[in-house]
Amino acid sequence: MKIKGKVWKFGSDMDTDRIIPARYLNTTDPRELAQHCMEDEDPEFAKKVRAGDMIVAEKNFGCGSSREHAPIAIKACGVSCVIARSFARIFYRNAFNTGLLILECPELVDVTETADVLEVDPSTGTIRNITKDRTFRAQPIPPFMQELISAGGLMEWIKRKGLV
Amino acid sequence: MAKRRPMTIAEKILATHAGKKEVEPGEIVEAKIDIALGNDITAPLAINELRKVGAKKVFNRKRVVLVMDHFTPNKDIKSATQCKLVREFAREFGIVNYFEGGDVGIEHALLPELGLVVSGDVVVGADSHTCTYGGLGAFATGVGSTDLAFAMITGKLWFRVPQTMKFVFRGRLKKWVSGKDLILHTIGEIGVDGANYRAMEFSGDTIRRLSVDSRLALCNMAIEAGAKAGLIEPDETTEEYVSGRAQRRPRFLRSDADAEYVEAREYDASKIDPLVALPHLPENTRPVTDVAGTPIDQVVIGSCTNGRIEDLAIAARILRGRRVSSSTRLIVIPATPHVYEEALRRGYLRVFLSAGAVISPPTCGPCLGGHMGILAEGERALATTNRNFIGRMGHPKSEVYLANPAVAAATAVRGRIAHPDEVVRH
Ligand code: SF4
Repeated sequence: MKIKGKVWKFGSDMDTDRIIPARYLNTTDPRELAQHCMEDEDPEFAKKVRAGDMIVAEKNFGCGSSREHAPIAIKACGVSCVIARSFARIFYRNAFNTGLLILECPELVDVTETADVLEVDPSTGTIRNITKDRTFRAQPIPPFMQELISAGGLMEWIKRKGLV
Repeated sequence: MAKRRPMTIAEKILATHAGKKEVEPGEIVEAKIDIALGNDITAPLAINELRKVGAKKVFNRKRVVLVMDHFTPNKDIKSATQCKLVREFAREFGIVNYFEGGDVGIEHALLPELGLVVSGDVVVGADSHTCTYGGLGAFATGVGSTDLAFAMITGKLWFRVPQTMKFVFRGRLKKWVSGKDLILHTIGEIGVDGANYRAMEFSGDTIRRLSVDSRLALCNMAIEAGAKAGLIEPDETTEEYVSGRAQRRPRFLRSDADAEYVEAREYDASKIDPLVALPHLPENTRPVTDVAGTPIDQVVIGSCTNGRIEDLAIAARILRGRRVSSSTRLIVIPATPHVYEEALRRGYLRVFLSAGAVISPPTCGPCLGGHMGILAEGERALATTNRNFIGRMGHPKSEVYLANPAVAAATAVRGRIAHPDEVVRH
């Protein structure tokens, strides 16, 4: 199923403290975390973002802490997909584990700006920038990660494998 | 018999835990976990996940370690509630290594000190600085809470075997230069994503002469270059440290001489000055003399990077008989109860008190902007911590400079960034 959304563009090395500041980590409630998503970068972000919107960012998105609160906050504020030039390792893993769709596609990042509209086909990794009328192909998702996605995340995978 | 491929220490540790003779970079393996670690921020999420799938026990009650260090002593009702959730879980599931109150220390200082992690281990922690234990020759990596839940239940986790980058340091260190400066130098060279997805291996005669405290500080910041793990091969120094306290039998593994590295870099360590990382990334490193004179509102000596006894010793040496400048505040945070006690025994705490410092209980506290020393808008701190991201220690418009404990102590005396030589004549 293809998804469509409006872009919020961010820069390089968007660390987890900017995605969700540590002062809010005294809760695990996704709705509460969502209210403070990106707060130190753009205090209005949580208010402005609409369900289905997408984040596009430069290199090393999600660097820093291992807090899973970061992908949880992004997902809970309605973001459907994050596309970056590259992701920091722990964030990459956490996104798959928590069911947040992420794609690496440097060429798309080059041409995309805030307010552009994208159409993403998660099954093929095809991304169309409708505003700019350009189509790109994201880096393929490693097979093991695909297995996790189709199982519905790590904890579903573990149940399916009968490991509990 | 077929000869196995030469391997780096990271590959060897993963191979032994995956029950394989050899592994190679890129391969996905399922490895046994020796220690699964969570804290007061990340464990609650993991416990929720674990309960959701209906798990009734953990893989090993002694190998799950839960450390309530970030907001301790609980800073507000919400953090107290989080701790309560973890405490109740620990009781119900019979977790042996649950730490809070007077037993708690900052996790990455506490676990090596208690011999809970040993050389040759595979450790996963729902905390990015889990890579610290590489200083003992363990493969230790930060994961998220869902991965932690998986590890707590199954005692296993999947890994992609990382490529290893080698960093060789040769030569004698200048005075006041420590493991912290070597890693700041490295991050300054390769950048905050220079080792993304990779393992970093540190070697050379300079590393051999480093104390264990300095090695732990060095590996602590491997994540600041994006690395999956940072490792130092165990030697006599490691063996002496680990053997005296190990709760399990360590395995002292070394890289094969002909192991393959994706990249190798050599540095002349005798040329490295005490460094400072400027806001807002750890890669913004400069010699301290370049930024000397910058006014500082607060100095923090502590954290999982530099809150160990060696760090307090050097700070005490500089602060003895001196006063913290009236234009700044100094907060000293012994990383564990043991470090606290040792600092008391050696008389350091009296030195800090006489100098006008605040001595905090062991906690992460201000390092992540939690509590115990938060910055106001426009304030500038110099800290021995590991991150200087925007808003890390408080207001989004505050700043953090990173440095070693000697630079921090000298800066506290001057009220502005200072090279230790400015303060201590010899
Ligand atoms: S001291 Fe700082 S970096 Fe270390 S575990 Fe605590 S919050 Fe994280």
